[in-house]
Amino acid sequence: MPEIRYFEAVQRALAEEMTRDERVYVLGEDVGLVGGTFRATEGLMAEFGARRVRDTPIAEAAIIGMAMGSAMSGLRPVAELMTLNFGIVAMDQIINHVSKARYMFGGQVSLPMVIRAAVGGGTQKSAQHSHSVESWFVNTPGIRVIVPSTPYDLVGLLKTSVRSEDPILFLEHEGLYGSRGEIPEEEYLLPFGVAEVKRPGRDVTIVAWSKMVHEALKAAEILSREGIEAEVIDPRTLDPLDIDTILGSVARTRRAVIAEEGWRNVGMGAELSSRIQEHLFYELEAPVQRVAAADVPTPYAKNLEKLALPDAQRVVDAVLKITL
Amino acid sequence: MYEDMVLIRRFEEGAAEAYADGLIGGFMHLYIGQEAVATGAITALNHDDYALGTYRVHAHALVRGSSPRSLMAELYGRATGCCKGKGGSMHFFDAEKYFMGGYGIVGGHLPIAAGLGLSMQMQGNDRVVMAFLGDGASNQGVFHESLNMAKLWDLPVVFVCENNFYGIGTDVRNSSAFNEIHKKAQGYGIPGHVVNGMDVLAVREACEEMVRHVRQGSGPVLIEARCYRYGGHSMTDAGKYRSVAEAELWKKRDPIPRLAKSMLEAGIVDQERLDQIAEKANATVIDAMMYAEESPVPDASSLYDDVYVENHGA
Repeated sequence: MPEIRYFEAVQRALAEEMTRDERVYVLGEDVGLVGGTFRATEGLMAEFGARRVRDTPIAEAAIIGMAMGSAMSGLRPVAELMTLNFGIVAMDQIINHVSKARYMFGGQVSLPMVIRAAVGGGTQKSAQHSHSVESWFVNTPGIRVIVPSTPYDLVGLLKTSVRSEDPILFLEHEGLYGSRGEIPEEEYLLPFGVAEVKRPGRDVTIVAWSKMVHEALKAAEILSREGIEAEVIDPRTLDPLDIDTILGSVARTRRAVIAEEGWRNVGMGAELSSRIQEHLFYELEAPVQRVAAADVPTPYAKNLEKLALPDAQRVVDAVLKITL
Repeated sequence: MYEDMVLIRRFEEGAAEAYADGLIGGFMHLYIGQEAVATGAITALNHDDYALGTYRVHAHALVRGSSPRSLMAELYGRATGCCKGKGGSMHFFDAEKYFMGGYGIVGGHLPIAAGLGLSMQMQGNDRVVMAFLGDGASNQGVFHESLNMAKLWDLPVVFVCENNFYGIGTDVRNSSAFNEIHKKAQGYGIPGHVVNGMDVLAVREACEEMVRHVRQGSGPVLIEARCYRYGGHSMTDAGKYRSVAEAELWKKRDPIPRLAKSMLEAGIVDQERLDQIAEKANATVIDAMMYAEESPVPDASSLYDDVYVENHGA
């Protein structure tokens, strides 16, 4: 199978979907001529023209609102927010409008639209450019939240997202754009709500997504040398969430660690931890552990940033805490 | 248009009664006094043009042709309401009538309107979008983002600003550094016109011309209709920030008797016909209220319906 990079996976998925369906179009800041800040839409304007790959002003609320209006009336927009930091500028559109329209209007309208945005820290971009706030959106009914960790997952999930009748928030990790992975040459799609066991194991279940999957896999390698076999599960989509696969794994291993890059306080890890305890309280050998970002705005200084963000060693430490 | 205006007023008077009786909950923003704007503007559209409004949206849905029964049932929170009881007063929506909704966040619907315009343009048809907004919305960031993008791409959008001079309780002079709203549009290269919003014929004439202009592909326009709401911002606001004298002055310009008078003078109608129209509107509203009252509340099983199209087994 050929190997491609994560940003090329975006290009491939969008090009395939735009070829398949005339109604799909892309809009966002620098998506056309520049080809995207992370090169994710490179080549699309040359292939599909400026009508279907639309450079917008720096106006995030308008980008999302316009995507919504066009999705209500026959088109299938893929809006890029560059990074989710700027998506916060468009929070009203995402939360008050996009996620609520279908329900509030009694099911009369559907919004087949995708909002793509980069998330994540780790490259000294400081507080306003280092967010992993997926839990905000998982907390909101009406919008699906997709968090691919590999080029393979990205292609399959982005294509499914473009074809979905529901609004999708598709979160790509900035630190993964250069990462490589194999994908088949033939077309494929991946379903929502199906987690993947990225590594099987018997002693502890580590649930991780996006970039933390790779940290969890590194942690599992380290632990393996200590004789601890960790099972690493990537939910791949946080909403819908494949809780059955997670619970099935924890029921076997009887220990769980949740590893996320988002803030710890009231985060996705807290939700997963709670769900595991609701269902498996008597099967657990130890309290569920959470590895997450420190509850501070992400600092600039390299040493402080490293302290603030979780990594493989933190995951190892958390596992050791409940397996020794 | 006269029938539309009379129906709007009766509908809202009926809704106000029901609200006072506790049959309608939540926020409810009445349009009484502004009838000429929605009526003059929306009747200038084709049936398949899109229209969308703010949280003060009863009139727009009525003029668009939504059934008074389904609208009243929505106010009562009934399963037979236009949004199955999920939207209420601020979120009327009628896909069949190309009425794309009322929105509760000031200005939040303006980029959505621009997006509908983009959709029409990309699909290569000549349909237009009419978006209503209040004076308060012109101070919101999305107003400026939306006008900028609508002009940048020459989208077929008619923005109709209903300037009733108050953003909730704050006088436009205290909220807008520059309060000639039609000129704000000109700052984006968008033609901006001002019209007497108490005169339905003037609104209709201006909107017909602007809709024609927009339909030809000349890009967006903004019409500022100066008007007045007789009541407060919502049912829970008595509007005490305004003087009695000011309100009385505007009530003398009431759009309904104004049109009646000109029709009578022109000999188009007689008093008998006007009485019939009033009676018919009254009967329609009473019927709608009875229908709403007798309609079932939404079934508990509908709580989780319509969040998503696709369930993924969840």
